[in-house]
Amino acid sequence: MNFGVLVFPGSNCDHDCAHAVSEGLGQDVRLIWHHDTSLEGMDAVIVPGGFSYGDYLRTGAIAQFSPIMEPLKLFAAKGGLVLGICNGFQILLEVGLLPGVMMRNRDLSFICEDIYVKVENATTPFTNACQSGQILKLPIAHAEGNYYTDPVTLSSLQANAQIVFRYCTVNGQTAPEANPNGTLDNIAGIRNAAGNILGLMPHPERCAETVLGNQDGLLLFRSMVDAFTGVHTS
Amino acid sequence: MKAKIHVTLKSGILDPQGRAIQQSLATLGFSTVKDVRVGKFLEIELGDTDQTQAESQLKAMCEKLLANTVIEDYRYEIETSNPSTTP
Repeated sequence: MNFGVLVFPGSNCDHDCAHAVSEGLGQDVRLIWHHDTSLEGMDAVIVPGGFSYGDYLRTGAIAQFSPIMEPLKLFAAKGGLVLGICNGFQILLEVGLLPGVMMRNRDLSFICEDIYVKVENATTPFTNACQSGQILKLPIAHAEGNYYTDPVTLSSLQANAQIVFRYCTVNGQTAPEANPNGTLDNIAGIRNAAGNILGLMPHPERCAETVLGNQDGLLLFRSMVDAFTGVHTS
Repeated sequence: MKAKIHVTLKSGILDPQGRAIQQSLATLGFSTVKDVRVGKFLEIELGDTDQTQAESQLKAMCEKLLANTVIEDYRYEIETSNPSTTP
């Protein structure tokens, strides 16, 4: 399977993502500079975390007009798998591939810590290697992870099982005290209606091998490979 | 021709920065301050263009890039440059 990892000026998780996919799962991976205009041959594209364009104006606001974004929109429209992580999620929101916006964290602080998320939908191409309701320990590192959308869109996300990850306690309670940043409905990650695009704030690539002390993140990348190769067809 | 653009959070959207500033002002003794909203201010030099074209350009700029209209409102003023007559 061929993974592409987009690289913007200010991306800093691009190599981590490439490492997780190549070393962790033995897949082919290519870093794709944001000025490139082709995603030919790619089976999945990861929009990595970091601080694209220094977060100028709004997080992800400038990156949405990079030349690679038009090919990415076409790739997504054809059903290609797109995974946006942290700043990558923010970029997917700005470009309109996922609904909603990211606001400053409730307490204004940059939060860098391990948190727990509950897998609310284990039938997506990004979570099929997880159990429904499984609790994953993943690191977050962001100042703008406070997801917001209008009530109509929120209802539709809820009704269509588009909320894929919710922040939870170690015991899996999606309670207010497990909400690190003020995000609506404890949302940590959502997918689009078609199901081929996922954005999440936690960093699976930072916990994808034993030497890092946690392999929970590898489940997401493994799910993508399984979905592509047809291991999980449900 | 120069434009001044204000981008502000829509009313009803929680503004944690504004709230922090309000609390800070209260600590300084400005306890009657009821609300603080933080926004962005941009000055754009448009070059040679007429009023109608400038307005449609500014609207497009705000809608496409300068504001995220899910949570932000924008407004702009256009200043036509009147070269001052030198004595």
